[in-house]
Amino acid sequence: MAMRKLLLIALKDLRLIFRDRSALILMLAAPFILTIGMGAVTGRFSGRTSSGISEIPVTIVNQDNGQLGNALVEMFTSADLADLVEPVVLSDLDAAKILVDEDKSAAVIFIPEGFSTSIIPDPVTGRISDQIEIEFYSNPVRPTSTGILKTILDQFINQVEIARISGEVTVSQLLENGLINPSQAAAVGAAVGQEMSDVSIARSSITTNNITDSGEAVEFDILSYMAPGMALMFLMFTVAYGGRSLIVENRQSTLPRMLVSPTSSTLILGGKVFGIFLTAVAQLLILIGGTSLLFRLYWGDLLGMIVLVLAAAIGATGWGVLLAAVLKSPGQVATVGSAVMLIFGLLGGGFFDLSNLPKWVQFFSRITPNAWGLDGFSTLALGGTLKNILTPVAVLTGMGIVLFAISALWITRHGLSRK
Amino acid sequence: MPPILEVQNLVKKFGDLTAVKEISFDIKEGEIFSLLGPNGAGKTTTISMLSTLFIPTSGDALVCGHSVTREPMQVKRSIGVVPQEIALYEDLTALENLRFWGQMYGLSGKSLNQRVDEVLELIGLRDKARQRIKTYSGGMKRRVNIGVGLLHQPRLLFMDEPTVGIDPQSRRAILDSVKELNHHGMSVLYTTHYMEEAQELSDRVGIIDHGELIALGTQTELTRQVGETDTLILHIGENEDPQHLADELSKLKGVMKAEPTDHEIALVTSSAEELIAPVVTRADQLGIKVQTIDIREPNLEAVFLHLTGRALRD
Ligand SMILES: Nc1ncnc2c1ncn2[C@@H]1O[C@H](COP(=O)(O)OP(=O)(O)OP(=O)(O)O)[C@@H](O)[C@H]1O
Ligand SMILES: [Mg+2]
Repeated sequence: MAMRKLLLIALKDLRLIFRDRSALILMLAAPFILTIGMGAVTGRFSGRTSSGISEIPVTIVNQDNGQLGNALVEMFTSADLADLVEPVVLSDLDAAKILVDEDKSAAVIFIPEGFSTSIIPDPVTGRISDQIEIEFYSNPVRPTSTGILKTILDQFINQVEIARISGEVTVSQLLENGLINPSQAAAVGAAVGQEMSDVSIARSSITTNNITDSGEAVEFDILSYMAPGMALMFLMFTVAYGGRSLIVENRQSTLPRMLVSPTSSTLILGGKVFGIFLTAVAQLLILIGGTSLLFRLYWGDLLGMIVLVLAAAIGATGWGVLLAAVLKSPGQVATVGSAVMLIFGLLGGGFFDLSNLPKWVQFFSRITPNAWGLDGFSTLALGGTLKNILTPVAVLTGMGIVLFAISALWITRHGLSRK
Repeated sequence: MPPILEVQNLVKKFGDLTAVKEISFDIKEGEIFSLLGPNGAGKTTTISMLSTLFIPTSGDALVCGHSVTREPMQVKRSIGVVPQEIALYEDLTALENLRFWGQMYGLSGKSLNQRVDEVLELIGLRDKARQRIKTYSGGMKRRVNIGVGLLHQPRLLFMDEPTVGIDPQSRRAILDSVKELNHHGMSVLYTTHYMEEAQELSDRVGIIDHGELIALGTQTELTRQVGETDTLILHIGENEDPQHLADELSKLKGVMKAEPTDHEIALVTSSAEELIAPVVTRADQLGIKVQTIDIREPNLEAVFLHLTGRALRD
């Protein structure tokens, strides 16, 4: 019964926003048109794909000196990845970490001693030493870059894992046969699951190169970056609109009317919040569906994408509810909401490079759902799966929960109706 | 039988302003009770407390035996509320609004369809049910606003000035349907600042002014309070000064009160017929032409005037 009413209120709000033409323009048309605009500007539609991100500085510390460690270094320094990454190989881990701290490097990839021998059996004894894992130190200021690096690294590890688990070939055979090679590791999106790879390679906007045709670099489609940036920016519009509806309903007396029906105020608030969330999810899915169909844009792993959409909607909904709780009039929410949308969009939308801006600006960009969402979407577009985006998913969900808790406290203190 | 509504010393303060001051009254099952009072008297505030939207500063009320402060959920289940403001979704159709609110009151499936249908019939909007509320006239919106309050067939219905700002036909239809619903057993608390509505509808009336219940009873009881007084209404020309004439007439013997409004003067007196001649003479002396004179039997307007010295409508 309670759940039914919650859903009733939420679906009513979803229906209402889809009847508001001006809201639809900002919710769906604007991000779409701007994405097309960006695509045109960057030459996406002239046939030549340009990479939105290039020369990501990465520091590799290889203390393994085994076959696998060398293969990994080789992969990062290969011509295939030359446009995308700018690797520096150091031997001192601490020195490498300093580069990250000073924002001269997006990440450190540390291959500890014994990594190879923990996977490849000793040719003489046939033994395997205790498992040793590669360590990845990411630069929090460069979420997208680290996301990309992480994806490439995961790709490599995946192939090693697949080979080891399948047991059909030993890892050393794999190396000898050249199955683990840089270009293949860089064939992002195509690694895990044979059935998926055929489809995704064919459709992917990320150009992947096979062994024979290794003239080109891994290209990261600019639209895979712009489209989520835009979608996330206008996601903030949607949640502000949703938050505003709480105040509008108070003004137009439908909120008091709900409160005098046999429905608890918690349930009503829950329904309103769920309505914002549903609208946000609907918006993202429509934008993702639309850009996939029209621009043949590849958003990456389906499961990962859905989980990320839900998480981004939760994080953004938190902001929408906070606006509604703290502000007093629909006009205020609309104004502040637009400002938040622009600021968050600019700071967290990846439209320009923040690395030259003050530290606090960079920090501020990390409290936006936009930055984390973009982080996740670019990781997925580069071939990452759910397990590569767990951090953004967790941060977005946590952000939503914390903001909602603050709002709920505020509303409890000030009353749901009659501010 | 216990009363369906028992209001016990309700008080509501908004900061320094006491909007409702120690109001007490009952409504019997099957009764229409009107709260009559001018703008800002505290009618909406009272209804808001009775429907659990506002928490009383002190006092309590029992709806069907349930306390509005301690058992709000039971109270909300037994009442229907027609708010003063139109509380509907303008971008939804009348049908969608009724279905939404019906479900908020726990209706579903067949009974929801049936009730929505019956209510559409009652408010006479079946043909236009699939149009969005924003395309409706004020009167049609009012009717849907009322319809929502009736969906779950409450035993007690609160109607807060349901006829404000609509055409006479719609008002007629609304008053008739209130009587019809009452005939079928629904008890009604009706607020208004139209004396005629209170007079036509109610079994008993409470007169509220500045948050105080200043009179309570059947119409006969209330008009008796005024005493054996009548009201003479003098209509004068557009260019005349009603204030001046009223001041002069109040000096006449037998005039208890003289209240000027636009082109009209209300004289409260115990002997209307005898006063006509002296009034006309005095007006003549002042050079003011009296166009017509009506004698009104004591009514609620006169009661309000008697009790407050002010006209109900300003
Ligand atoms: N939420 C509120 N906060 C502060 N003051 C209020 C609030 N609601 C009502 N008041 C004040 O309380 C008094 C009574 O208002 P109320 O709305 O109950 O009058 P009313 O009899 O319904 O008038 P009307 O006929 O205009 O609807 C008014 O002075 C009003 O300004
Ligand atoms: Mg009122």
